Amino acid sequence: MTVGLGHFLVLAAALFCVGLYGALSKRSSVMVLMSLELMANAVNINLVALSRFVTPADMTGQVFAVFSMVVSAAEIGLGLALVLAIYRATRSAELVKLDRLRG
Amino acid sequence: MAETVNGIAFWCLAAATLGGALAMMSTRNVMHAAFWLLEVMAASAGLFLLLSAEYLAMVQLMVYAGAVSVLLLFVIMLTLRRREDAERPLDASLGVAALAALLLGAILMGVSRFSAPEVEMPAEAPGVEEFGRVLFTDWALPFEVASVVLLVALVGAVWWARGGDGR
Repeated sequence: MTVGLGHFLVLAAALFCVGLYGALSKRSSVMVLMSLELMANAVNINLVALSRFVTPADMTGQVFAVFSMVVSAAEIGLGLALVLAIYRATRSAELVKLDRLRG
Repeated sequence: MAETVNGIAFWCLAAATLGGALAMMSTRNVMHAAFWLLEVMAASAGLFLLLSAEYLAMVQLMVYAGAVSVLLLFVIMLTLRRREDAERPLDASLGVAALAALLLGAILMGVSRFSAPEVEMPAEAPGVEEFGRVLFTDWALPFEVASVVLLVALVGAVWWARGGDGR
């Protein structure tokens, strides 16, 4: 059975949904950030697979994946700095403890 | 003439990525989850190699397997006061699982309608040289903007992590 574009898209969709589950259900802020990375990674796989199968000569998808990696690297760096700042302020990295804005 | 992806390699890497992601969700230990994320990223680099995106595979290994996972491990260890704090409740949520499954079903339906004719892979795929040429000619301005984004994120992360306002 040949592996086609559909296989990559299905794999990326499954990865994205696992990441979504983690991002919405985990209570540790670091786990949520890791799940976000999982989702971004699934998107990158989609971009590269579509680039390879549909327009291999232009490589637009690959270039786009590079920029997406840049943005998600910046996001994880800032997110982890924010986790450290929150930990310093509240002595905890749990998301459920951050309810001071609850009315 | 069409080329095909190596089937055995694809299935091994797909099992590694998806299994690693599921193991990351189901482990109780945050440190173990970070190592599973590292494994998922390495397997994704293998997938990029299968898709003849060698440059992206290398970047994936250096950025995610190198930098991001070290950063994650540092932050996990800095925010744990005792070794036992790494063990956490599982945080399983049926509602969120149902939502994710629903989204997966919707995406799969869309994919099955969309990608049926695209089974064959085009034979020619430009290499790293061509990628570098495209990146530094057609995409030069976005590339510079991306480096400014990284610089701003670097400065912001340092400022945030040391407490802000010069404290």
